[in-house]
Amino acid sequence: MEDTGAVVAFWILAAITVGAALGVAAVRNLIHSVVLLIVSFAGVAGLYITLSADFIAVVQILIYIGAIAILIIFAIVLTPRAGRLNQEGFMFLPALVLAALVAGTMIFVAFDTSWAISEREGFEDTATAIGDLLLGKYALPFEIASVLLLSAIIGAILLVRPEGAEEGPE
Amino acid sequence: MDSVNLEHFLVVGAVLFAIGLYMTLAKRNFVGVLIGIELMFNGVNLTFISFSRFVESAEPLNGHIFVIFVITVAAAEAAVALALAVLLYNLRDTIDVDRMDLLKW
Repeated sequence: MEDTGAVVAFWILAAITVGAALGVAAVRNLIHSVVLLIVSFAGVAGLYITLSADFIAVVQILIYIGAIAILIIFAIVLTPRAGRLNQEGFMFLPALVLAALVAGTMIFVAFDTSWAISEREGFEDTATAIGDLLLGKYALPFEIASVLLLSAIIGAILLVRPEGAEEGPE
Repeated sequence: MDSVNLEHFLVVGAVLFAIGLYMTLAKRNFVGVLIGIELMFNGVNLTFISFSRFVESAEPLNGHIFVIFVITVAAAEAAVALALAVLLYNLRDTIDVDRMDLLKW
């Protein structure tokens, strides 16, 4: 990507994404953490747009911000006496060291490898092509995903159903 | 001004993954652990999409398909895991992972 607009957009979005993600780990209150998580998700959606992945960007906003972030907020407000502190346990230091090592290794590999960079332009209208692939070549995994989602929904409902709710209304 | 290429996006993805890994391992609150897992998913998805955009391939859109399936599984995982958090809270009045010691001897 050569043009100035894309470069400026990348740096702003990368700063928003990484800054908000650091905030998610650093702030003390879990609710604030989820709000920053939403900002980070939105930044990633913007990065998808600079990568010309328009359909994935919309899916990211719909599912991550619209569904998963809201689910996390539900879980926080449904556990009121558990405390909303976002503090670290006794694994704080080893986890920090491990995360730094993983990040360092991946960044080193990213710069050390000579990737087979293609010269093609960005995609145009990915939604049509993705729809063709999902209902053609990838139809079987697509159907299996629907079964997975159904079983996850049923499992989640069964898990949180109150005791003595076996009989429905007559 | 320099152009933006594959390595820039890979670094953002790697940093997101590392922050998620740190939260998953270090946080005491179960919901904090789940937030970390979601951040890791985002780092991986960003890496998939960047490879799909920049790297030579016969079918470059396969990366997008993979991301769609990752998001699907992430949604299913989030629903079940948060149901487990609520269930655990109802049983033990806490979702502190340091105090989940029912299986400890």
